[in-house]
Amino acid sequence: MKSWQCIVCGFIYNEAEGMPEEGISAGTRWEDIPEDWACPDCGVAKADFEMVEI
Amino acid sequence: MEPLVIVGTGLAGYTLARAFRKLDRATPLALVTADDGHFYSKPMLSNALARGKAPAELVTTPGERMAAELDATLVARAPVEAIDTAARRLRTARGEIAYSRLVLALGARPIRPPLAGDGAGEVLTVNSLDDYARYHAVLRGAGHVAIIGPGLIGCEFANDLLASGRRVTVIGPDPRPLGRLLPPAAGEALQAALGAAGVEWRLGTVAERVEREGAGYRVGLADGGTITADRVLSAVGLQPETDLARAAGLAVNRGIRVDAALRTSAPDVYALGDCVEADDQVLPYVQPLMEQAKVLAAVLNGGTERLAYPVMPVVVKTPAHPVVVVPPAPGRAGTWSVEAGPDGVRAEFRGEGVLAGFALTGAATAARQSLVKELAAAPA
Repeated sequence: MKSWQCIVCGFIYNEAEGMPEEGISAGTRWEDIPEDWACPDCGVAKADFEMVEI
Repeated sequence: MEPLVIVGTGLAGYTLARAFRKLDRATPLALVTADDGHFYSKPMLSNALARGKAPAELVTTPGERMAAELDATLVARAPVEAIDTAARRLRTARGEIAYSRLVLALGARPIRPPLAGDGAGEVLTVNSLDDYARYHAVLRGAGHVAIIGPGLIGCEFANDLLASGRRVTVIGPDPRPLGRLLPPAAGEALQAALGAAGVEWRLGTVAERVEREGAGYRVGLADGGTITADRVLSAVGLQPETDLARAAGLAVNRGIRVDAALRTSAPDVYALGDCVEADDQVLPYVQPLMEQAKVLAAVLNGGTERLAYPVMPVVVKTPAHPVVVVPPAPGRAGTWSVEAGPDGVRAEFRGEGVLAGFALTGAATAARQSLVKELAAAPA
């Protein structure tokens, strides 16, 4: 499981945790998140996230 | 060919540069900036203290590397002094630059409230990495900070200062924090939660004087009260940076006026971000800027895209009690209905049953996604 960080605001999406409150269940891989999904904190597009090692 | 020149390397300038380069690898690109041109997370300025971030740690990519990645020329520490739109030239502190097309991404500057007193000039504002460096330096040893302005930025900084172990007093004329964004019940919930976390509110009055006192300051209030604090931070709002555009003869209202293709009134001069007024709106937030950058990159590449904002929730980063709000459009008819629970407030603004805005606080912010969907589907 990997984590991805918004390059604008630092928001982190953790694949293991998912985002149940946004309808993304725990364990959802990054590539399975819809392309029109946006950063919940700042609205940046999915394409503007980078993979990070936590 | 003369380059496409972008003035400003904040989030707007760099986001546009990135989006443009995805479409066009060939056109020469020059980035002109008053600062170092480092890419940093702007939204993090108001939550970096609690994370123990030194200013240099907020830089995610240094300017030279940004320029290399974007195949651009970076002209740093070169404030632009004048634009000659007829000759298509800029005069900067480091010489003249010719452009084929020009993009102004100048940002906004903090509004400084009128204050008397010998400490007024030392009141801090934070709207850039350079500002944050100064703020970070003078906070060393400061145990109590007075914040002027109970709006979005003031509340975010208040929460961050508390989380970094400091005492915080917030001063402002509104009866509740975020008075212009939130319905009363949601503002009260935020006020109570930040109050429980330690914020001392001095609402319903304004700061009039800031006097030096010892190593700190004494803030004099309109209601006769005083607050003694080690540092004073002002967060009363932003005003678009328009001086340069105005001097160059561009149409300016509250911000630099642009149409739905981000064109200013001068040929081949475009603008985006916190400095613009697009569609009669000044929206100094991250998401509008992202939408503008996407459209402008396409327009600069010959596209016919036009600005059409999606539903854009404003997120207030107050971890003690987070807030998400989509204010109803000005003049929109309707009423707020409020569900207040122990852990947060859910307020919906409806006209004839149709959702036209919402405000969520605390645990109720979990409903954001479903309300955004409903709002996006609602008839305008």
